[in-house]
Amino acid sequence: MKKTDEFDNRVEIQWCPGCPNYGILNALKGALAELGKSPHEICLVSGIGQAAKLPHYLKCNFFNGLHGRAIPVATGINIANPDLTTIVVTGDGDCYGEGGNHFIHAIRRNPDLTVFVHNNEIYALTKGQASPTTPLGEKRRLKMSGVEIPPINMPAFAIMQDCSFVARGFAGDLKHLQDIMVRSIRHRGMSYVDIIQPCITWGTHPVSWYKERVRRIGDDHNPEDKNSALDIALTKDGFIHTGVLYEVPSGNIFASRFRKEVTSRPLTGLEIQSPEKIHELLLKFKPV
Amino acid sequence: MDDINVVIAGAAGEGVQTIGDLMTNAVAGQGYSVFSWKEYESRIVGGSNSYSIRIGDGLKNAPLAEADILLALNNKATDKYKGIVKKTGIIISVRKEGDRSIPIPFSSIAKKRFGEEIYANTIAIGALVSALGMDAGSIKEIIRKTFSKKGSDIVSANESAFEEGFSLAGKECVDMCPWKLLRKESGYYVISGNEAIALGAARGNCRFMTAYPMTPSTGIITYLSSVQNQLGIFIEQAEDEISAVNMAIGASYAGIRSMTATSGGGFALMVEGISLAGMTETPLVIVLAQRPGPATGLPTRTAQGDLLFAVHAGHGEFPKMIFAPADPKDAFHKMVRAFNLAEEYQTVAIVISDQFLADSRFSVEDFEVEKTEPYFQKTDTSGVKNYRRYRLTDSGISPRLYPGISEHLVCADSDEHDEYGHITEDLVKTAPDMVKKRIAKLEGLKKSILLPEEIALKDAEVVFTGWGSTRGAILEALGLLKMDGIKAGLIHFTELWPLPEYNFPKDKTYWSIEGNILGQLARLLKGEYDIHFKGHISRHDGLPITADYIRREFYEKNR
Repeated sequence: MKKTDEFDNRVEIQWCPGCPNYGILNALKGALAELGKSPHEICLVSGIGQAAKLPHYLKCNFFNGLHGRAIPVATGINIANPDLTTIVVTGDGDCYGEGGNHFIHAIRRNPDLTVFVHNNEIYALTKGQASPTTPLGEKRRLKMSGVEIPPINMPAFAIMQDCSFVARGFAGDLKHLQDIMVRSIRHRGMSYVDIIQPCITWGTHPVSWYKERVRRIGDDHNPEDKNSALDIALTKDGFIHTGVLYEVPSGNIFASRFRKEVTSRPLTGLEIQSPEKIHELLLKFKPV
Repeated sequence: MDDINVVIAGAAGEGVQTIGDLMTNAVAGQGYSVFSWKEYESRIVGGSNSYSIRIGDGLKNAPLAEADILLALNNKATDKYKGIVKKTGIIISVRKEGDRSIPIPFSSIAKKRFGEEIYANTIAIGALVSALGMDAGSIKEIIRKTFSKKGSDIVSANESAFEEGFSLAGKECVDMCPWKLLRKESGYYVISGNEAIALGAARGNCRFMTAYPMTPSTGIITYLSSVQNQLGIFIEQAEDEISAVNMAIGASYAGIRSMTATSGGGFALMVEGISLAGMTETPLVIVLAQRPGPATGLPTRTAQGDLLFAVHAGHGEFPKMIFAPADPKDAFHKMVRAFNLAEEYQTVAIVISDQFLADSRFSVEDFEVEKTEPYFQKTDTSGVKNYRRYRLTDSGISPRLYPGISEHLVCADSDEHDEYGHITEDLVKTAPDMVKKRIAKLEGLKKSILLPEEIALKDAEVVFTGWGSTRGAILEALGLLKMDGIKAGLIHFTELWPLPEYNFPKDKTYWSIEGNILGQLARLLKGEYDIHFKGHISRHDGLPITADYIRREFYEKNR
């Protein structure tokens, strides 16, 4: 097995000391090592936010783009070169707020991507405003009397839309998180993991508060059972249920039919377009 | 022969487009040069639309304001368009309309004779073919081919409908129709700007196009999707323009030439992506097919109102380039150049067209497909050690590798970054060096951009400046003014950002001709070259600039 230090990068980390993001970073390194990947086989794609800085701290190819736009960039990379292991590292503001539309349509498109959403229920980089996942009533900058609109439940939405791999992890349970990451990267088609990542600077509760409320989903849950997966995702019992909620064989993977039937190889490997083909098509514009 | 301008008018869904397309191909098939353009309302049924076909011996790819023959499919269309018919022209319409008209109640004849109104179009085609003095046999062959899939009954009914229209018009035509389109040996391609742009992209080795549908740009992706399997170009309809531009950037970063296309409103959404491509130094080609704005504007009409928007699109300072092809052949080659230069300078190339160029069908004698070749910037990875995606160089161009192709890691960042692509806050050296590095590319880029085309410049007293699709109309206007004894010339831009080193002759009187109200190119030229304009000929009513329009405006504003 590969060692995790193969993915170490000598770049100064800009997260707050003690941030659970460090744990997520280590879990990801562990997962990539467990999968036997080399840095050049991986491409991390991110937008903007604290989570989106992660690609700088892990030795790999990366594209750190614009706020909310990681998924379309990653989809483009996957179209061009499906041999790359392309992973989106994003946050609740980046992915569910600014990039919500892209997330919705990525589920429909089903590209062979893995999406890790560091969900800290807050906009941390802009100093503590509410995010799409901030619970009702919690105080945030701009909403000091408490958030008045309910949070979005993206795992439930993803299951309803038949995203073929939906999981929830916790940045305070790293062994479990690493296992989920390995499974999600192995999964063909779009896989999505919502990772609870308490914000120790702006958040309402300390990490210990979350630890008391996190429950691993038991072995009796069958992840192929959509109704049961949805039940867990929708449960409002005060606990956070972590583990693989839903996993079914992926159907038609985005762009795979075209590759199979038309190009028979990745688009990056095609020969230069022949001018004869252009002549051939132009002739159809010559009326006789 | 003098050019013949045929205008077909009717409601949306009534067959204007079908008749127009069929007649364009039929006339071109007889060896004539044709130029056809449409003006239509933003609706699928009803309203009033027109389809003009200019028929000639030589290449005259510009619209005419007046009609020799008006084919009006309903009375409302007759009322709306009869004013454009020349004194020597004729009207083929449902009712009698003055002395020089051929009344044929298309629909009622179709219903009476063939049981269905649907045959009205074929009757109209027969009448038009007769008025133009064309050989009925070869057109009947086209009709047979067009309807062959629908069975022999439908084919023979259409043939009879054609003959009906042909003979009805023939009787009336005797003294009115001087035209005689005999078959000629020459032959032209007849192609729209959108189709030529699509094929130019393919020639430029584009492997991925993604777009959100927006008139008048949609024809590009529509055509490419119809030939994607032949060409091996992956096509994806994006959920919005923001996704389109970012998908194209992602695919380009990973190593394939990629593009997107849109119109003004969609382009507005893509602007952050333009800035992203500038910062990450990712090649990107965007086609901006203009229509009148602001906001939704006139969705199906034409304009040149987005030049300054495109020039300034994207926050921050970074190099980009802008092309504005004059016609489909030019557009074909410009697309190859756009892909080549976007790759060479690792930034954005915007190709600006407009509804007029996008939708009109132009005659092209020879595309000279081989004339502009795609070329590629290959970096040999074998000798590379300590790879830095954004290595500082004199030209500003850093060695570009693709992720996953070698052991070297390719790190791209929208934050200001160091040579390796990592976020930097070093304001002393790294950040200002990177700004300079990106801007340094402008020097080379300025030399790569072609100079404007000069027409009749030497002897000219009046010199027009124009850009993009108005070239054909301006050339024709020069001819009209020459007949009036005015010595006029043209400086025409089809590559216009960054503006090249160019000397405007000092002893001329300059006039701008543009499809916008502000004289947007003129403003750029004033700033860059310090030239003075005596006047601006602007059109901003959604219709294309014609030679007549230019002459009329020139005299009006010159009084």
